[in-house]
Amino acid sequence: MNDLLSLQNIRMVYQARKGLFGFTPVVALDGVSLSLAEGDTVALVGESGSGKSTLARVALRLVRPTSGRVLFDGADITALSEGRLAGFRQQVQGIFQDPFSSLDPFMRVLDTVEEPLIIHRMGNREKRRELLYQALEEVRLVPAKEFAKKFPHQLSGGQRQRVAIARCLVLRSRLIVADEPVSLLDASSRAEILSLFRELQHRHSLTFIYITHDLSTARQFAPRIAIMYRGKIVETGPTSQVITQPQHPYTRALLEAVPQPDPSNRFRERRVGFQETARE
Amino acid sequence: MPLLEVEGLKLHYRGASGDVRAVDGVSFSLEAGTALGLVGESGSGKSSVALGLMRLWPRNVAHFSGRVLLNGVDCFKLDEGEFRRHYRWEKVAMVFQGAMESFNPVLKVGEQIAEPLLQRKVGRKEARKQSLELLDAVLLPPSTYDRYPHELSGGMKQRALIAMALVLHPQLLILDEPTSALDVIVQAEVMNLLKRLKRELGLGIVFITHDIALSSDLCDRIAVMYAGELSEIGGADGVLLRPGHPYTQKLLAAVPLLTEEKEPEFIPGSPPDLTSPPPGCRFHPRCPYVFDRCRVESPPPFPANEHRARCWLLLR
Repeated sequence: MNDLLSLQNIRMVYQARKGLFGFTPVVALDGVSLSLAEGDTVALVGESGSGKSTLARVALRLVRPTSGRVLFDGADITALSEGRLAGFRQQVQGIFQDPFSSLDPFMRVLDTVEEPLIIHRMGNREKRRELLYQALEEVRLVPAKEFAKKFPHQLSGGQRQRVAIARCLVLRSRLIVADEPVSLLDASSRAEILSLFRELQHRHSLTFIYITHDLSTARQFAPRIAIMYRGKIVETGPTSQVITQPQHPYTRALLEAVPQPDPSNRFRERRVGFQETARE
Repeated sequence: MPLLEVEGLKLHYRGASGDVRAVDGVSFSLEAGTALGLVGESGSGKSSVALGLMRLWPRNVAHFSGRVLLNGVDCFKLDEGEFRRHYRWEKVAMVFQGAMESFNPVLKVGEQIAEPLLQRKVGRKEARKQSLELLDAVLLPPSTYDRYPHELSGGMKQRALIAMALVLHPQLLILDEPTSALDVIVQAEVMNLLKRLKRELGLGIVFITHDIALSSDLCDRIAVMYAGELSEIGGADGVLLRPGHPYTQKLLAAVPLLTEEKEPEFIPGSPPDLTSPPPGCRFHPRCPYVFDRCRVESPPPFPANEHRARCWLLLR
């Protein structure tokens, strides 16, 4: 089977300012390869600064990688101009961490969800309305007619994130790159959003890249995990295997750090010391 | 005598459509050298409890009542000048939610830690010395003193904030979601630090979080807050292993587990509007076990001992 998305040997080097005139190269991604077939879900897990968000930006083609290739549906889109990416943009959508800043505060839910349809010139006004109410119902913002009229400040964090999901659904996107979509939500909303993701994925056979620093939600949602550390994928495999038999010391530190509800936790220190030695 | 006793704390705000009953009768106590977790969904009133303890309520307060006793002294009876001079920061200190973004960007970190000392007429040299000791206590290198906030990572900033809160040697430290902007490994490091401070300095800690799993990392007692009330409070063992209130059970069921094949569940519905909370038990519209009595009569805490929950089921 052909891959829907294939990232091949991606390198991303940023120029960071050093002093007044100097620049110093920062290697954000150092030869990362990752492929997903249609309907796959993979979790990219790592700490802040590991390069996972940069990889998301490359997969969304918001940036061009320094070297390496990005293939979507068999076509090389690494260097396509913005104009020729329109088809890709419709099929690939991102969901970001902070639903408080990713929605325009002056736009009603209705306008926010309809906007991508207008941009991609899909349907007439009636058809668009139909699609958007359908999408709101799918993300369980019901009654849809009522929610459509609300502004972001009238919604909870979980509801805002569902608006972001509805934006992807109206376009019939095939690949969703979700960058820490639940890390700012409380436990109940987190469980609700992840169960919604899974339901939509089954119904529309969506392909997902789920980015997180939390292995416990990765385990809940993704059958495959890739652990990122300092711009590289240091361990990858089926979720259950990565969690029960972690190979890389960094994976073990990530596992050790996950809070679990156990009253004996307060009597022991977490062994995450790998971090302190590895960080400069 | 407990370090902190809170009795019937109420804090209502004036809102556009009536008074918001953010804290509506909260009672708990805390011994020195122990930590209490205050756990609940966003909007349950956790941060308002903290503001109440610091006497930092906003201007739009419509009503406050109750007693807050620090070492037996009723803080609400003191006048503001007295409280400011001898209690706030000296006896009770707080790390605010999102405070990592509120450093002064043009002042060195060490100067910001030392500031309250200089205010209190401690000499420059001595202030620097004490600040360096604090940096050491929160496991930051001495060089941090001369750095600017933008040069620190998130975890380092959070440690510096803890050092700032500790500068006047308070006995009680309130932390409001101190790790929610950090990733798991840095979070675990901060939690390790808090465990040490609790043990070594004998600090009393009120730890506010929406994550009941995280609260188990530090807290000896856990209080679960819902819609302005404590629905359950007790020892960590009791609350986590034998939760009495359906809301606590639901919060625990929402935690994604690493080792068990159990799907996390979510709690349908959302927390009530606190301008007009539902009659009877405030959780009843979302409770799977609701029966007639819950809809009309507010349950008192059962049993009235160390571990208690406000639920009519416990009376049966």
